[in-house]
Amino acid sequence: MADIPQSPASKVAFEALAREQIPRLYSLARRLTDTGAEDLVQECLLRAYRSFDTLAEPEAGGAWLQSIMVNAFRDRLRKESRAVKEVAVEDVDDFSLYRTIAEEDPFPYSDTLHVDFLRAFGKEDVRAVLMRLPDIYRAPLVLRYMEGFATKEIARLLDAPLGTILARLHRGRKLFEREMWTYAEENGLLSQEATR
Amino acid sequence: MTGAQRIIPCSDAVRQLWDYLDQAVSPEEATRIEGHLAFCRKCCGELEFAKELQAFLRSNEVEEIPPDVKEHLERLLREL
Repeated sequence: MADIPQSPASKVAFEALAREQIPRLYSLARRLTDTGAEDLVQECLLRAYRSFDTLAEPEAGGAWLQSIMVNAFRDRLRKESRAVKEVAVEDVDDFSLYRTIAEEDPFPYSDTLHVDFLRAFGKEDVRAVLMRLPDIYRAPLVLRYMEGFATKEIARLLDAPLGTILARLHRGRKLFEREMWTYAEENGLLSQEATR
Repeated sequence: MTGAQRIIPCSDAVRQLWDYLDQAVSPEEATRIEGHLAFCRKCCGELEFAKELQAFLRSNEVEEIPPDVKEHLERLLREL
């Protein structure tokens, strides 16, 4: 299937690595993209298989596969020629989720208001909020704060200047906070029952 | 008063809190943020919430892979 055949030993080693990493890769793909997570994992595996001989340190195989996935994701965005629409920083900069929760006080009987707000969000709720963000803000946010990549590494993987990534992280965080509040309002998370 | 000692307003401090937690600000900026936090209880609350939100994102569970998707991807590996 892949156009560069590996030696039998390499093929066995690759299959073992990939099989172990498939759940993690799928999870990352689901956070990066709204649709086509499986296709993204497949593309990642095919690319990785073709260049498996370039993996110098087998123990770094997981991070190597994740890097290939982010590259595949970046190429997909370019191929789809999605218009990059930056959000003006002044549109979101004034929003503070901390302040909004304190002022709106959704759980009047709570002594841990802000923690309770976060506890109201399940795994699917977090993903739903992430998917409300434009790709250019979601990807750096996911890679930095959910997957633990360094900002310089994110800039390299997404092929963007470090300053651009830092600015998008800033806006992405603000957008995420604003969308968390809006999502919570729209989906009934702002009731005492939601935190139980 | 030197630049490092200048008290910055809440808006400046809050804008830089995540970068501060990421250690992505200069030593001078860190000093100004810490100077602000030393007297501003509200921004200390913002800082604690930023820490909680970061921990919340880090701890968000991995998405479980549906069995049919896992099987399909493993078949792809076998057919390479």
